[in-house]
Amino acid sequence: MPDLALDLARIQFGFTISFHIVFPAISIGLASYLLVLEARWLMTRQAVFLDLYHFWVKIFALCFGMGVVSGLVMAYQFGTNWAGFSAFAGSVTGPLLAYEVLTAFFLEAGFLGVMLFGWSRVGPAIHFAATFMVAIGTLISATWILASNSWMHTPQGIEIINGRVIPVDWIAIIFNPSFPYRLIHMVLAAYLATALIVVSAAAWQILKGNSNIGIRKMLSMGMWMVLIVSPLQAIVGDFHGLNTLKYQPAKIAAIEGHWENVPGKASPLVLFGWPDMVEEKNHFEVAIPNLGSLILRHSWTEQIPALKDFSTADRPNSTIVFWTFRVMVGLGLLMILLSLFSLWARWKKNLYHNKFFLRFALVMGPTGIVAMLAGWYTTEIGRQPWIVYGLMRTADAVTKHSVPELSISLTLFIVIYLTIFGTGVIYLLRLLRIGPKPNESLQGDAFSMNKNEVKDFIIAAEFHPPHPMPSERKED
Amino acid sequence: MSFDLPLIWAIVILFGIMMYIMMDGFDLGIGILYPFFTDKTDRDIMMNTIAPVWDGNETWLVLGGAGLLAAFPLAYSVILSAFYMPIILMLLALILRGVAFEFRFKAHEHERHFWDKAFIFGSIVATLFQGLVLGAYINGINVIDGKYAGGPLDWITPFSLFTAAGLVVTYALLGSTWLIMKTSGELQNNSYRLARILAFILLAIIVVVSIWTPLLSNQIAERWFTLPNILWLSPIPLIMAYVFYKLQKSLNDKANISPFIYSLGMVFLGYLGLGISIWPNIIPPNISIYAASSPHSSQSFALFGALIIIPLILAYTAWGYYVFRGKVSKDDHYH
Repeated sequence: MPDLALDLARIQFGFTISFHIVFPAISIGLASYLLVLEARWLMTRQAVFLDLYHFWVKIFALCFGMGVVSGLVMAYQFGTNWAGFSAFAGSVTGPLLAYEVLTAFFLEAGFLGVMLFGWSRVGPAIHFAATFMVAIGTLISATWILASNSWMHTPQGIEIINGRVIPVDWIAIIFNPSFPYRLIHMVLAAYLATALIVVSAAAWQILKGNSNIGIRKMLSMGMWMVLIVSPLQAIVGDFHGLNTLKYQPAKIAAIEGHWENVPGKASPLVLFGWPDMVEEKNHFEVAIPNLGSLILRHSWTEQIPALKDFSTADRPNSTIVFWTFRVMVGLGLLMILLSLFSLWARWKKNLYHNKFFLRFALVMGPTGIVAMLAGWYTTEIGRQPWIVYGLMRTADAVTKHSVPELSISLTLFIVIYLTIFGTGVIYLLRLLRIGPKPNESLQGDAFSMNKNEVKDFIIAAEFHPPHPMPSERKED
Repeated sequence: MSFDLPLIWAIVILFGIMMYIMMDGFDLGIGILYPFFTDKTDRDIMMNTIAPVWDGNETWLVLGGAGLLAAFPLAYSVILSAFYMPIILMLLALILRGVAFEFRFKAHEHERHFWDKAFIFGSIVATLFQGLVLGAYINGINVIDGKYAGGPLDWITPFSLFTAAGLVVTYALLGSTWLIMKTSGELQNNSYRLARILAFILLAIIVVVSIWTPLLSNQIAERWFTLPNILWLSPIPLIMAYVFYKLQKSLNDKANISPFIYSLGMVFLGYLGLGISIWPNIIPPNISIYAASSPHSSQSFALFGALIIIPLILAYTAWGYYVFRGKVSKDDHYH
């Protein structure tokens, strides 16, 4: 039964959270990167690390700001649009969100000011501590929100009394079965997405013929990160998939586009196809016999779940998750390929000169974010038709607003988000186009891009390198 | 344990909302006052006074939402559903002004005016909708069977329109006295002038609201005007008058810090008055904090963290303000 108001509410939530999640993910990655840069600077006192810090902190500030304002919307949208869910499960998600605000949001906001603007007011040790607090804050935030989200996938530790969730065991609620996999998978995704952006920005500068020590450092550090994280992410993803197989078999059936099992035969793996939810089959199917059982069950005989095992009302939309999953995995494999390429280029000593490698790295820039979003669509749409898996249906959770109301709010969200965050991305690309310069930290001006506003930055004496070089401003 | 958890949680949330009104109040106030200062250097300085702190100030609003969801999920779902449009519009306005902090300094010269306007527009619109929600909330929400049962535009009433205007003045006063504290020279002088006028308007608004609210509901009239309440509540208007007097005096004396403290005092007393009018309801006119409570296990779990962590938050927030203490001049290149 089509329900336009429900669809509009779902589109609005999906739209606003898709925009939102990109910024915290980059903030998580960049905060850790900045922490490493500042630590390296404190250890080596090489100016390049401080210069890179000052460059990337501008991008961080931009992303963080956009993350804060788009996140505010999320904290209220559970109530404005999902009153049924909030009344039913707010007793679980509310305290988890409250802990996120208390332990993470305030920590980040409280130390962000010093991190961004404190250069002339605190010394290096305190400044480093501020960066540390912000970086830890981003990770704590991810932990709480993923505990909450995972609980919606694999709820436990509760009773239901009078149509409301009553928490019984908070340890069981937080450490629910899918939480560890989802948390690690997401944090790695954030690191991977950020590293790819850093690498891509460096590759762009070098291809333009603009290669300084900071830019080469970026490329090298970023590529080491991709090399370590991308294979790790594949392994964690595999464990996450096996966990989903155990707790949400319908999602796996939808991801695999697997409609029915033949008794006594192993399940195939569908490589390509167009799952049709109405006709209950795949169009243009290309499948490899037995491979599904082999990958998911590590067996030649045991079958994987099939969509027809579930009633039509309980099936997630296979057309969507079949493809979002393949986009994620395909991009992940390309990331591993890029990292192997970088290893080969390092061995050949042409990491900074190999045009083909640099172009490959450049186009891979946005793929971390695309893969992350595709992964989220897979897991969230794969949970449908449930909002809390097995306990509450999405259709029962939505606030009964009228279609005109929802149309107005959704239109406003689309127009304003595209304008605002589109502009934000343009500013971000402008910063990346300028790239880090030697002495970035001394021309200070932590934020402005206007050359005529660049003044000598007020920065505490301890931050100056032993022999300060004249600001580049005089050459402009 | 025999703690009155709903009571403690109500106090925690009231405290969080008060922190929000006071702290985001002054930085929203800067945006509201932007039209009165057109010089680019002045505007840079004004924004620099709040750039290191606005983000933490806004976090109190997130705490308000999260705390409400944790401790009173029924109130969270009903209030936010009832005020769907104004809350969505407020959030969008906060987005507009929030990004202006970053964008203004990253824009090319010829683009900057756009983000100045976004900052002004976003600050005023966000405040207006907060005021509308406040007024409509005091008006009361129609609830049947734990669900919002009113119409989509119930939040537009004469009273809510008045409180919307009132909140703009409130935040503008906080903003002007914040500027007195953080700036010097011509900018500070103009702020003195603005603060004096704004304080008078705010006093008038408080008087009108104090007369209007008892007329809105018998419940509120009984709360204030029956014995013995009238005896121990009467000091509130008296203290308000005294704080107003001290504020005007400090403005005449060209004091630096005390005008901000006294204007916070006025706002606090006004907030206290509204709180007393509504107590112990969390969804006026008749759903109490006890009826809307989440299960004991939720309230106690979240409270454990709140009571330990909120003092820490206050400590490092205070440290942040301390680091950026003193006047901001045009030589401070935060940006």
